[in-house]
Amino acid sequence: MNSAFFLALRRMRVPIIVVIVIFSVSVLGLTLIPGIDADGKPTAPLSFFHAFYFISYTATTIGFGEIPNAFSNAQRMWVTISIYLTVVGWSYSVITLLALLQDKGFQNTLTTNRFSRRVRLLKEPFYLICGCGETGNLICKTLDRTGHAFVIIEKDELRVQELDLQDFKSDTPALAADASQPGNLLLAGLKHPKCRAVLAVTNDEDANLAVAIAVRLLNPAIPIIARARSPAVAANMSSFGTNYIINPFTRFAEYLALAIAAPEQFRLIEILTSLPESAMPEPHRPPGGHWILCGYGRFGHALAEQLKPAGIELTIIDPDCDPEEIPRAVRGLGTEAETLLKAGIANAYGIVAGSDNDVNNLSIAVTANELNPSLFVVARQNHNVNSALFDAYGADFTMIPSHIVAQECIAILTTPLLAAFLWQLRKRDEAWSGMLVGHLQALDKDQTPAVWGLKLNIHEALSVYRGLMLGQKIRLGEIMRDGTDRSQPLPAITLLIRREDEDILLPPDDFLLAPGDQLLLASSLNSRRNLELTLHNPNELDYVLTGHEITGSWIWNRFAANRGNGERNL
Amino acid sequence: MNLEKVIFGFFIVLAATLNFGFFIGDIDRPELHHIYELAAALVVSLIATALKFGDRTQIGAIHLSTSLVADLQLIAAAITWAVAVHVTGEGMTPSVMSSVVSLSGGALFANIVSVIILIIETVMLRR
Repeated sequence: MNSAFFLALRRMRVPIIVVIVIFSVSVLGLTLIPGIDADGKPTAPLSFFHAFYFISYTATTIGFGEIPNAFSNAQRMWVTISIYLTVVGWSYSVITLLALLQDKGFQNTLTTNRFSRRVRLLKEPFYLICGCGETGNLICKTLDRTGHAFVIIEKDELRVQELDLQDFKSDTPALAADASQPGNLLLAGLKHPKCRAVLAVTNDEDANLAVAIAVRLLNPAIPIIARARSPAVAANMSSFGTNYIINPFTRFAEYLALAIAAPEQFRLIEILTSLPESAMPEPHRPPGGHWILCGYGRFGHALAEQLKPAGIELTIIDPDCDPEEIPRAVRGLGTEAETLLKAGIANAYGIVAGSDNDVNNLSIAVTANELNPSLFVVARQNHNVNSALFDAYGADFTMIPSHIVAQECIAILTTPLLAAFLWQLRKRDEAWSGMLVGHLQALDKDQTPAVWGLKLNIHEALSVYRGLMLGQKIRLGEIMRDGTDRSQPLPAITLLIRREDEDILLPPDDFLLAPGDQLLLASSLNSRRNLELTLHNPNELDYVLTGHEITGSWIWNRFAANRGNGERNL
Repeated sequence: MNLEKVIFGFFIVLAATLNFGFFIGDIDRPELHHIYELAAALVVSLIATALKFGDRTQIGAIHLSTSLVADLQLIAAAITWAVAVHVTGEGMTPSVMSSVVSLSGGALFANIVSVIILIIETVMLRR
């Protein structure tokens, strides 16, 4: 039994006893006081049954009158007392019950109970998301759109209430609680057999660390993805065997370095790892040479580390830096022209406005652009609320930490094969990447494709799996047709097929499929649904492969078979 | 000494004693089983039940369940009595009386279990 019930019982103990006592005293009185008949002669008192009946309807203020006979004055006197007594008893119980319902602790117990029941009853695999700030919210929206279930723990109660207002397609349990407490994680289904992974994406580094540790100790079998901003926390997390640690600063620095060294490859990665069906990213062509870096905190350090090997000469501007320690550093914010000129903005090719203050970053970017209009500007946007400002300014490259973390989480969670693909990518040249980018843009030039994985097994591709097991030869190009009109190819690209330990990059159309193959595909969400129906429904598959439209009915199938070979008996 | 424990023990034992008082005597003779005694046993048993609400321990759960059994039996006895006197009108015949008393006998057994648990709990107490 749940704790809310016990809490209610415990609080109601005294009122219930009061009601019982008042009832019994009133009933007892009525069974002792003699009545009177129509002639004025005294009669026997009411029996227990009649007394209980009378008190029951009087106490509940229903009041049928004096039943079975008119009362004597002595009885009326006693009834008057009982009425007041019972009213007091009932009101006391009702008030206690109402106070209990208003009680914050009781309501918390109720919501917690409801939450844990909903989590327990989850039937499909789900992700546990700790922290639903900007990053968490982005992850939730994307998971919801791609049809994955998830459970949310968020410390801020207001944010949890806001979640109710967002219409998620699926019913999403959310709890306002501190995720760094293991008890709350357990409540949210950490040990639930369907829990697939835990994401620690709260704003608090220590909370993320605590979640990572709790998951590793309490349920070592499931992967944990954690956000870390500082190297110390990241190191601590990896010492605990956290599967994926995402540091948005390092990741962006890697991207920027890659964008300078291999722009086509960077663009390919950017398209593949962006959130499904988001706006196609602008191509970035950052130049090499002399750059200015404003803000030398954690982000600045990560950038400097990555950009120096890429052949970039960096001049650092920071209010706290020591020019003697770091060569060619300039002390200042970078928001004023003087500092920028001193850092050599006239000869610079690029500038990174990377402080942790959005207004300062914009100010740096605008001032720098005035001083040197041909400058490549990279701006760091710390908060989603400032999106309008950054969009209006239009930096050459905007770095949004919450987006980077969300993209990375989604890519890891929904498509494990993508990591293998990106690894293979490194060995390819720029022309190859450029060709693939062209193909991907041909699918839809405004929106990024969804990248998704698929395994040819009985759960994910029933009809194809059956066909393959029966020895049917199915080529990749044959199933990649539009299920509504098979003459049209399905707008989708097969990026990779993994068969046992072998990875085949961009398999050709005549590639022969085998049961157990894992496919990595890029397509719109619509095409994804189209292909999934083909793979599941044998009739749809038959249409796509042969063009025959078959209904599933047994009689019709027998009939068609009979017509096909007349000698066969029914 | 803990006042809560005193009240708790008092009601449990009182429920058992009142129940016993009603139960004792020839089973089919109405004059040996007074209705007020049944009413008192029922009320005290209900109060004892309410006192046991909200205890989440194993022993608390058994306490509550024995009390609920006693309540059920006594309420059944009271209803039998009321039906015989007021609904069917056959009055307190020996057969009706024996079913009322035997129902209260069942309640007595539950009450005795309750008392035994109370004693065990006290014996187990280390302070």
